[in-house]
Amino acid sequence: MSKAAYDVAIVGVGIVGAACTDEFARRGLRVAVIGEDVVGSGATAAGMGHIVVMDDSDAQFALTRYSQEQWQQLRSELPDDVEYEQCGTIWVAADEEEMIEVHRKRAYYGERGVPTEVLDAKALQSLEPNLRRGMAGGLLVPQDGVVYPPCAALFLMERAQARGATLILGVRVAKMGEGKLRLTDGTEISAAIIVNAAGASAPDLTPGLDIKKRKGHLVITDRYPAFVRHQLVELGYLKSAHSMSGDSVAFNVQPRRTGQILIGSSRQYGAEHTEVDNPMLVRMLQRAGEYMPGLSQLSTVRCWTGFRAATPDKLPLIGPWTGDTSVFLATGHEGLGITTSLGTARILADQICGTKPEIPVEPYLPSRTVKEYVHA
Amino acid sequence: MHSQVTVTVNGALVVVPFGATVAIAVAMAGQACRTSVSGEPRGPLCGMGICFECRVAIDGTPHVRSCQVLCEPGMEVATEK
Repeated sequence: MSKAAYDVAIVGVGIVGAACTDEFARRGLRVAVIGEDVVGSGATAAGMGHIVVMDDSDAQFALTRYSQEQWQQLRSELPDDVEYEQCGTIWVAADEEEMIEVHRKRAYYGERGVPTEVLDAKALQSLEPNLRRGMAGGLLVPQDGVVYPPCAALFLMERAQARGATLILGVRVAKMGEGKLRLTDGTEISAAIIVNAAGASAPDLTPGLDIKKRKGHLVITDRYPAFVRHQLVELGYLKSAHSMSGDSVAFNVQPRRTGQILIGSSRQYGAEHTEVDNPMLVRMLQRAGEYMPGLSQLSTVRCWTGFRAATPDKLPLIGPWTGDTSVFLATGHEGLGITTSLGTARILADQICGTKPEIPVEPYLPSRTVKEYVHA
Repeated sequence: MHSQVTVTVNGALVVVPFGATVAIAVAMAGQACRTSVSGEPRGPLCGMGICFECRVAIDGTPHVRSCQVLCEPGMEVATEK
């Protein structure tokens, strides 16, 4: 491209940074990637690793579906420690009102080629006997799955390195822009294009970026094989995950290959500390217990927190940053970064290399948020 | 007759002195308490309920710390995978 040392320099070694590094390297570009912590840390290490198709908006569906197809294609290459399991998701309907949503969701997914199965109360009970009796039913999405995200990120990064990418760890980026990165150890790196893939920390390097930290808690239990068989999410999750203000919790549990169970989820704005917030943890576990009473009898091993990178319209920022022609963004994935990392990498590389993206990229362009400011 | 207690470990009868912990019974049966995720045998490390390495199932309840429970007549102990 130019006389810069690299064609592309990526900031961030979470799964989005790793996927982007791998994709650029695959396309033959000279890539460097810089991370403060180990590969697959940050929100990547904190999240559940649910590979899920979501339909909060058409654009969210397009990116999650496109990305899930890539996970499925990658499946045979994934090492064992990535723990890819196609356990399926069951969206649990607590009452008849939520069953209406089950049927709407089934129709939406069906029209777009995603197989689902409507479960009545009895079918739900037989698939997940530890759910509280009296649930109205649910929607099974069999192609959804789970991975262990840190190992998935490491796999992508090691593949990128095998393809020639340069990995620089243990340093912070002090400043970036105008084709240059300055690291805190004084090193300067020149690159024609810089990708900010720093998750919830992205605004530190790109001021003006409208991303807020959204704190979450997770709990993991000891091993109880088959206590939970699918990823189970309450349909009310849509309401709580998408409310833009206030703290919320939702029933969201996941079976791991070890027989352990991940219990989530919580969402908080304005909480900057990494400590476990006990009242929030209690609310989250109470919610889980309302759906699955037997959970309270299990012993837990650990609980922790993480920060999602949340945008106002709940879609990620993938594409050129309006404030600097050398800067591109790949952040703002909120709770869907593991799923959408692969699709993000593809459509970002398409934009930079001038190849035709397989899905429309307009909904994810950072310029959309700038337009909102102009009209506001 | 109270000087000894009989329990089963993975179905095999084990006789231990009265007052022995379940961890003792498992050791006398020649078993490891559990197997780690990576497949290694595990047993009592701290012996005081902190390390959780000695978990077994007792009368059907999984993940009980065997170093913290005394043997009772007829108790069914199962080591964990």
